[in-house]
Amino acid sequence: MTAYLIKRILWMIPMLIGISLISFFIMHLAPGDVTSNESSFNPRASEESRQKLRELYNLDKPVIIQYGLWLKRIIELDFGNSFASHQKPVLWERKDKSGNITKGLIQESLPITLMINLLGIFIIFTISICLGTLSAVRQNTWVDRSITLFVFIAFAIPGFWLALLLMYWTGVSNQWLPISGLHSPGFENLSSFGQFIDLLKHLVLPVSISSLSGLAGISLYVRNGMLDILHQDFITTARSKGLQENKIVFIHALKNAILPLITIIGLSIPGLIGGSVIAESIFAIPGMGKLFYDSVLMRDFPVIMGILTIGSVLTLIGNLLADIGYAWADPRVRKGLVK
Amino acid sequence: MKIFLKNPLAMSGFIIILLVLVVALIAPVIAPYDPNFIDINSILYPPSLNHLMGTDGLGRDVFSRMLYGARISLLVGFVAVGIATFIGVILGSIAGFYRGWVDSIIMRFVDIMLSIPTFFLILAVIAFLTPSIWNIMIVIGLTSWMGVTRLVRAEFFSLRQREYVLASETMGSNHFSIIIKHLLPNSLTPIIVSSVLGIASAVLVESGLSFLGLGVQAPTASWGNILTDGKEYIQFAWWLSLFPGLAILITVLGYNLLGEGLRDVLDPKNKN
Repeated sequence: MTAYLIKRILWMIPMLIGISLISFFIMHLAPGDVTSNESSFNPRASEESRQKLRELYNLDKPVIIQYGLWLKRIIELDFGNSFASHQKPVLWERKDKSGNITKGLIQESLPITLMINLLGIFIIFTISICLGTLSAVRQNTWVDRSITLFVFIAFAIPGFWLALLLMYWTGVSNQWLPISGLHSPGFENLSSFGQFIDLLKHLVLPVSISSLSGLAGISLYVRNGMLDILHQDFITTARSKGLQENKIVFIHALKNAILPLITIIGLSIPGLIGGSVIAESIFAIPGMGKLFYDSVLMRDFPVIMGILTIGSVLTLIGNLLADIGYAWADPRVRKGLVK
Repeated sequence: MKIFLKNPLAMSGFIIILLVLVVALIAPVIAPYDPNFIDINSILYPPSLNHLMGTDGLGRDVFSRMLYGARISLLVGFVAVGIATFIGVILGSIAGFYRGWVDSIIMRFVDIMLSIPTFFLILAVIAFLTPSIWNIMIVIGLTSWMGVTRLVRAEFFSLRQREYVLASETMGSNHFSIIIKHLLPNSLTPIIVSSVLGIASAVLVESGLSFLGLGVQAPTASWGNILTDGKEYIQFAWWLSLFPGLAILITVLGYNLLGEGLRDVLDPKNKN
């Protein structure tokens, strides 16, 4: 297990180098260089900020050295300061000479995005496991078919459209739920329980929207996994022993069907993080997705590069945790019987 | 063919897609108005016989714009997936055929691409270039080839050891002709299925980008940007928000049903 862990962690180094190469390549996609007039760099940008960008990415040096310096930045987790948001640091807080702390943009927005995505993952998995199991147990009945149709539609609904309709229906016509931001005005005056409820109300719509598209893949996965397992020998043995069908399905079969889902969590992270752009911009939630969208609109390159890199690093960490979780949960892997 | 006709998933998907295809092709013939014609005397008319889906905030006929929007969504879907499939088949073939270090390098590249959140990647590229329909097709294509690469590679791995392939190699056929004649034709099923499902995702991504204002640019109509225009009027002009969303939903559903249906139909295990 320890050897596996070390190998798995060392494995992230070449991946990080690859990510730095790709992000470096993207930075150089702009025609001319990113600061020239031909590029899409905000034409209103002052000569001063152009100069800053040139310095930040060392655009006057040879390409190889530029890349080396970029890699160094990634390793030191130094992404410079934002152009658009009053020179705030991109990643982490900074203390100035008089001791004032300026918080980093990603530092402020990442916890919000993580919270929404973790809630989303939890909801996706709970609902998908229920739907998938139900489908498998009632294979080829109307229950199975309607669940399949439902998850297909859930996947095909454009999230931004549903968000718009729900916003209008629950927020504008009926005023059941708040439709923007994370807190109501006067949040500070509420009791901590009141604050919790207020936050929860603000999260209902964005979390539902960002979970919806994930339902299809995972519930179909659970369904097929369950069908596979229900036809295996040990289930037949359990049946012939006279075990209750409920016990067979929920204890013996489900346990085996859920195990591979741990890996799927890891694989679904980049989609979820990327998907937060739409949900967060529509509901005006100050998370990393909205920050990214705003930075793209304002061509705030240091922030764009910072989020692109941090988003990828998060995915790597997520995959690492998922692999470790899988290795830990599966006795065959844990005891080194299979790779 | 018979099983295709009998498969309800595949058939309903096929009919939906065929319909969208026909509508897109004959859009100039059936569109009652010029999709970009601004008529300040008919702003925000509700659906009627004159304007089947009403008019928008600039008095443009929504039905005509929807028809032209279908062209955009088809074009983006097909071109983006075409690019992705092309790259995926080439890289997957090389990795699956030659194995060894070539395979390792290609698959590590796939792993790296998969660890960058796709939507971030697409938006970042668009920030450095300028949003236009061509850039979007290329960017979606360049960020979605990884699945096909893995599929083709896996197929080649299992086909490579088959006797007829070994025989052909022993007889001195060159690698290129083995790949084209023997390996690729036998890997077509998963490639087709994943391409059809890929179009569904591409349509969703394009509409999302256009909705955010980073996709197809005005005045060209796309389902995503009709929705953005309609967003402002959602309280009193529901038709501007309802129709484009429904169109995206139905089209994406169509591709998914067709893709999943084809998977069942083309699976040799399901014959008879």
